[in-house]
Amino acid sequence: MSATHAAAALAVAEGRRSRGYWQGVARRLSRDPVTLACGAILLLMALALLLAPLLAPHDPYQTSMIRRLRPIGFPNHPLGTDELGRDMLTRLLYGGRLSWFLGITPVLIAFVVGGTLGVLAGFAGGWLNMAIMRTTDVFYAFPSVLLAVAVSGALGPGVSNAMLALTLVFVPQIIRVAESTTTAVRNLDYVDAARATGAGPLTIVRVHVLPNVLGPIFVYATSLISVSMILASGLSFLGLGTRPPEPEWGLMLNTLRTAIYSQPMLAVLPGLCIFVTSICFNLLSDGLRSAMDVRA
Amino acid sequence: MWLYALRRVLYAVPIALAVSLVCFLLVHIAPGDPVSAIAPADAPAEVVAQIRRDYGLDKSLPEQFGVWLLRALQGDLGRSLGTGRPVLAEVRAAVGNTLMLALFAAAIGFTLGTLLGAVAGALRGSWVDKLAVGLAAAGVSVPHYWLGMVLVVLFSVMLGALPAMGAGPGSSADWAFDWAHLQFLVLPAVTLSVIPMGIVTRTVRGAVAEILGQDFVTTLRGKGLRRMGIAWHVVKNAAPGVLAVMGLQLGYLMGGSILVETVFSWPGTGLLLNSAIFQRDIPVLQGTILVLALFFVALNLAVDLLQTALDPRIRRA
Repeated sequence: MSATHAAAALAVAEGRRSRGYWQGVARRLSRDPVTLACGAILLLMALALLLAPLLAPHDPYQTSMIRRLRPIGFPNHPLGTDELGRDMLTRLLYGGRLSWFLGITPVLIAFVVGGTLGVLAGFAGGWLNMAIMRTTDVFYAFPSVLLAVAVSGALGPGVSNAMLALTLVFVPQIIRVAESTTTAVRNLDYVDAARATGAGPLTIVRVHVLPNVLGPIFVYATSLISVSMILASGLSFLGLGTRPPEPEWGLMLNTLRTAIYSQPMLAVLPGLCIFVTSICFNLLSDGLRSAMDVRA
Repeated sequence: MWLYALRRVLYAVPIALAVSLVCFLLVHIAPGDPVSAIAPADAPAEVVAQIRRDYGLDKSLPEQFGVWLLRALQGDLGRSLGTGRPVLAEVRAAVGNTLMLALFAAAIGFTLGTLLGAVAGALRGSWVDKLAVGLAAAGVSVPHYWLGMVLVVLFSVMLGALPAMGAGPGSSADWAFDWAHLQFLVLPAVTLSVIPMGIVTRTVRGAVAEILGQDFVTTLRGKGLRRMGIAWHVVKNAAPGVLAVMGLQLGYLMGGSILVETVFSWPGTGLLLNSAIFQRDIPVLQGTILVLALFFVALNLAVDLLQTALDPRIRRA
């Protein structure tokens, strides 16, 4: 009967508990048809975008002066052609790759950067907490669209500038969530107990804090993807993100604006893609939140 | 409570300063020498040096910030590189238009959101609830610049019922509250209202459902209070939180209208920002963002104070 024995018993208990938790999450998800449907739609879209070179019937940059703005259902061009005669289906498939990339990457970076800073602030407390949290207060003083437009407007158009601007918008938001969840966990009895038994700060963070805060931070980050998609395509729509002739949904929406009088159905297609993606991510995040039992 | 209010007001000062610093630094994260944006490309070296001195660009950054801040406090935000007019005059004209658009959008979004949210919260699981949840999800997920285009296609192109862009039949300076002018406001305001509609629906629904589930409501029911009486208790308990969300949303409407203003060519701060970005008119970009951000800081302060005044539970804390 020694420390190893107790540790082994603890490991078994913990393993059983966490397996039970994830089984519960999976069970709740499987009973949630809306979340499942959204997940399936997003999975299909992701697959279609990945396989764009195989699925697309034409070259996304191939223009044609004689076949401009053909309607939906035109032979050989199932979704018509755009203002330069390029195949719409092809450009929507390729455009989605960039839109998804532009929408998801800033959230991923912000998850890593903001999560690290937030956990650090929450766990360290003191002056470090003050420094980090007061800095995020400043960024909170800007409405997020304004901050994104200001930064990418000052930096100038371009994909990397737009992504930098969006990351800057999301980092403070994730820091706040990470900090408040970490502070709550840090004050729990089992953290005190771990400290009393001699566990160092790194061990406490790794064993006790991270497993309990990563879930809520992750769920919060997934809820940002929807906003990020809209903002990223919005920046391209303003001419700040992607530059022509690169296919991207927001930019396509912008260049097709001139066609709303002649081919209105065609002009609204890229926006419909953004809408479907964004609402699916939104509902998926909601489903994940309730399945993982994370309070908002 | 007064102590809290004082603390909150004092805390807004460093925030406003930091916000000004961020706006000031915007010029310096812009690629290239700021002078190159002002001077003509073929300007001789003396002219460039002159401009550098005039704008104080030959001094150190903290010095430049000090000078810029002092001028800004006196209402001098510099001159537009494009039109040569004072930036403050340009921003003031645009802010009025944006504020009007934001207020109309807020009126639509808050009313619809409160009604939908209240009914959904009271009748959890009903078809109204499902409809409200769906509408709220759609409202916050729809790219509103796209919704604006769809509304233009429907109401301007197909039905010809409403104008697609601009802010009135004449020039934007002579606004009047008659149908000839107000009809230009309908589509942009409706487009902009979907986001606050969604957020407010979710907030009100959550608040109402939570309050109705509390023990004191059961007690009130048990004592025989009628529905209207209970509704009053719900309003009193939900109001502070809901009003705080609404205040923030109004700020987001002001700062986030750039996309909708671009779609509808609405002559507000968004359109001003848009043209400033593409003409590389940095003083206008900086001035507009400073004014909008300071407005947001002031609004946040007002919301916090209002919430404290309304909710005795915060006062005691």
